[in-house]
Amino acid sequence: MDMINIFTVFILAIFVGFEIITKVPPTLHTPLMSGSNAISGIAIVGAIIATKVGGELGTWLGLIAVIFATVNVVGGFMVTDRMLKMFKRK
Amino acid sequence: MEYTNIAYVLAAILFILGIKRLSSPKTARSGNTIASVGMLIAIVATLVSYDLLDFQTIAIGMIIGAIIGAFFAIKVEMTQMPQMVAIFNGFGGGASALVAAAEYFNPANPSTFNSSTIAISVFVGTLTFTGSFIAFGKLQGFISGQPIVFPGQKILNGLIAMSIIFLGVYTVSMGAEADPYFYGLVALAALIGITLTIPIGGADMPVVISLLNSYSGVAAAATGFVLMNNGLIISGALVGASGLILTNIMCKGMNRSLANVIFGAVGLTQETSGESGKQIQVKSASTEEAAMILEAAEKIIVVPGYGLAVAQAQHAIREVADFLENMGKKVLYAIHPVAGRMPGHMNVLLAEANVPYEQLLDLDQVNPEFEDCDVAIVLGANDVVNPAARHDTGSPIYGMPILDVDKSKTVLVNKRTMNPGFAGIQNELFGFDNTLMVFGDAKAMLTDLHKDLKEL
Repeated sequence: MDMINIFTVFILAIFVGFEIITKVPPTLHTPLMSGSNAISGIAIVGAIIATKVGGELGTWLGLIAVIFATVNVVGGFMVTDRMLKMFKRK
Repeated sequence: MEYTNIAYVLAAILFILGIKRLSSPKTARSGNTIASVGMLIAIVATLVSYDLLDFQTIAIGMIIGAIIGAFFAIKVEMTQMPQMVAIFNGFGGGASALVAAAEYFNPANPSTFNSSTIAISVFVGTLTFTGSFIAFGKLQGFISGQPIVFPGQKILNGLIAMSIIFLGVYTVSMGAEADPYFYGLVALAALIGITLTIPIGGADMPVVISLLNSYSGVAAAATGFVLMNNGLIISGALVGASGLILTNIMCKGMNRSLANVIFGAVGLTQETSGESGKQIQVKSASTEEAAMILEAAEKIIVVPGYGLAVAQAQHAIREVADFLENMGKKVLYAIHPVAGRMPGHMNVLLAEANVPYEQLLDLDQVNPEFEDCDVAIVLGANDVVNPAARHDTGSPIYGMPILDVDKSKTVLVNKRTMNPGFAGIQNELFGFDNTLMVFGDAKAMLTDLHKDLKEL
C-alpha cells in the first residue's frame, strides 16, 4: 500500500468520525469515551504482530503491548456495557 | 494478506456502525456489542494470517490483560469512572508506543517514512501513557488535585519540546547509530507527559481526560502508519476525532480555550480575583418549609452538581423525585456539560440511581424549561448556576454557559456551607429574592425532605 492511499484512508476516517460522533447525545458521552477507549485497543493487532518481529527485546515489548491492549479492549467493552445497561426508560 | 485487509475493513465498519448506535440510549448497548464483535474479527484475522507468531507469548499476554481489564470493569464505582478511563487511555497509548518501539528495533521496511512514523508514534504514545497516569493520580487523590506550578515551568516545557523535535529528527536521520537519540526521545516524551499534566487543576480534569482520549487514538493511528495497517489507522482516527470533539465540548462548557486550560493553571491564579469580598445576604429554609413549597409546585427541575455525587445522594434525590411524580408533578433534571468529572459523567451517575434517561436534559434543552418552572432544586452545584456568568464582565466565569435556574419562581439551593465553588467566587444567586438556602449534607437533607413530604 502506498503512502497516499493510507493518508487518504486516515483523512476520510477523521471525517467519518466527526460526522458520527457529533450525533452522540451528551447523556452518552461517558460510555462513548470508554467505548472509544476500547476501540483504541485496536493496537492489540500491532501488538500481536510485534511478537513475531523476533529478537528477545521485541518479544518482551510485544508481550507488554499485548497485556496493555487487552486490558483496554476487555475492560473498555465490559465497562461500557455495564454503564449502558443502566440507561433505562420509565 | 488480502483476506486480512478485508477483515480489518469489516472491523472498522462494525466500529463505525457501533458508534452510530450510540446516538440513542435505546440502541447504544447493541452498538457496543457490535463494536466488540468488530474487535474480535480484527484479532482473529491477525492471529490466523501472520506466520511465525509467538502464540505462547500472545496467549499469556491476553490472559493477563483480560483478567486485569475484567477486574477493573466489574469493580469500578461509577464515581471513579474518570480515573478508570484515564488509566485505560494510558494503557492504549502505552500499547501503541510499545508496538512502535518493537518495530524500531526490528524494522520491517527501514525507510525515512517508517522511522518518522515510529518516532511520532513513540512520542505520542509515551506522552499519553505518563500524562494519563498523572491524571489518574490526581483524580484518585494520590497526587494533589491542586495545580502544581513552579517558576520557569513554561520555559522548561518549551525546552523539552524543542529537545524532543531535535531528538526526533536525529532518531530518523542517524540510521544505525540512532539508539541514544531514540532513548532520549522516549525519556523526554515521558517527562513532557508529566510536566504538561501536573499544572492542571482538578476542576479542569474533564478537558484533560478528553484530550488524552484523543491522543490515545492518534497514537494508535500513528502505529497504523508504522505497520501500514488500515485497521489501526481508521480506528485511531475515529478515537482521535471523538476525543477532540469531547475536548471542545468541555472547553465550551467552561468557556475556556484549550490553551488556557493547559497553560492557565486555574484555581491558583483566580483565588485572589473575583468579588469574594462582597457579602451576600441569604435566606435559609428548613426541609419542612421546602416540602411545603414543593407541594404547591407543578413543575420541578433538579440541578445536580458534583457535590451530589460526593455525598452519594443520587438515590436519595431519585426517591424524592419519584415521590413528587407520584403526587402528579413534572420532574426534570438539568445536566450541565461540566456537572461531573468527565463528559456525561453525571448522566451515568443518575442512570445508576435508576433515573430514566428521558428526564435527563442537557443545557440547550433545559434552559427554556426554567421559564415556567415552579421550583428549581440546586444540589451541590455552584458555578454552573451563577448568573454573574451572564452579566459580570469582571467575573472569572463571565461568558460561561449556565443553567438559568434564577428564572424559576423559587430556587432551593442545598449546600453544606457558604464556601464558594471551584472558581473561588461568591454566587449572587444565593442572595436573590426567589432563592432559599437549605443547608446540610445533600443525602441527609434529601432524606429529611422525603420524610417531611410524606408527613404533609
